[in-house]
Amino acid sequence: MASSETSDHYDAAAHGGGMPQLDFDTWATQIFWTALALFLLYKVLTKNILPKIAGALEDRHNAIADDLDQASELKRKAEDAEGAYNQALADAKANANEIVEATKAEIAEKAAAENAKAEAEIAARTAEGEQRINEIRAAAADSARNVASDAASAIVAKLAPGSADSGTIASAVDRALAQTGMAR
Amino acid sequence: MTLAKAESAEGGFNIDPMYQFEIKNWVPIDLGFVDLSFTNSAFFAFLAVGLTCLFLWTAMSGSSLVPSRMQSMAEGIYEFVRNMVRDACGEGGLKYFPYIFTVFLFILACNLVGMIPYSFTVTSHFAVTVFLALSVFITVTVIGFMKHGTHFFALFWPMDAPAAMRPVLAIIEVISYFVRPVSHSIRLGANMMAGHAVLKVFGGFVAALGVFGIIPIAAIVGVTALELLVAVIQAYVFTILTCVYLNDALNMH
Repeated sequence: MASSETSDHYDAAAHGGGMPQLDFDTWATQIFWTALALFLLYKVLTKNILPKIAGALEDRHNAIADDLDQASELKRKAEDAEGAYNQALADAKANANEIVEATKAEIAEKAAAENAKAEAEIAARTAEGEQRINEIRAAAADSARNVASDAASAIVAKLAPGSADSGTIASAVDRALAQTGMAR
Repeated sequence: MTLAKAESAEGGFNIDPMYQFEIKNWVPIDLGFVDLSFTNSAFFAFLAVGLTCLFLWTAMSGSSLVPSRMQSMAEGIYEFVRNMVRDACGEGGLKYFPYIFTVFLFILACNLVGMIPYSFTVTSHFAVTVFLALSVFITVTVIGFMKHGTHFFALFWPMDAPAAMRPVLAIIEVISYFVRPVSHSIRLGANMMAGHAVLKVFGGFVAALGVFGIIPIAAIVGVTALELLVAVIQAYVFTILTCVYLNDALNMH
């Protein structure tokens, strides 16, 4: 303030030394223009730039929120589709099992029927075979007895004729055969 | 200044590290009772404002959903300051976000424009920083009283301290409250002034050392990088302190 009478006081610091910052004569102009510049910046920012930036950020925020909504919607759909697929898969498996079981049962039934038929045939054949064996055995036993009784009759007629009739001889042969186990 | 005087006395070179802070009267406007001349300070303040507006306007002119690089920067600065205000003052502080954003951009732009050689650093003058700090101080105090009435005085009355200590602490609180604009303004102004003065002093060494001037040039490169950092950090510090003071007024302690 002391040097305010000199007209070129702005250059005082250069000549006399000291900090230009402490030359209080320049404070009024500095404050005035700073305030004006600051006010100008404030006006431009609030009228033009801040709304623009806020709008851009808002738009992006909304776009991201929309995209997230859409993504969750798609995710839900995908999960539904997966559920449907799993359901279809389970159904198909159940169906396949059913078919397998039915086929198994059918085959088992058929096999049992075939078995039964085969067994019946086998049984019939066996019975037939046994019958024939019995017939042959009976025929063989008869012829053996006839041969035996003829042979015995011939032997008796030769050794002691008239000592026994054919009936006695036949029963004796039967007795002998029964002892050897050939008779029935 | 003693350094500069010593140099000019010994060597032939005359480098005054404070010369760069001279206010130069470009267009004299003397209203008689007050001198409002258009100075280099005023020019660089408007240059900073102009560049800021140009940058933001260019960045946001082709605004799109997927931002361009410049748009990302503009939005980044916006969200950075907005989050700072919200974190420090809560949702209620967002009402004052436009002014805080303006102050941040103004200081940042002035600091960065001041890094251009032969330019002038508006924020290296206490006239400017005191104006900025006092406007914050007064605004915040007025907001405090408007919001809380006389209850705002409770800010100085630490209720959680022992009763006997309260008057002493209250005095300290009041003093620290009124020291706020001083520290708020000196911190910014002194940081900007000191860094630029250091650069000039190293510049003087370059001339004095001749071939070995390469050493101070290397130092200047380092200090310039540091000054860029300081330019941004001091803008941030001024802004965050503004938020802290505003928070005191809005929400008390």
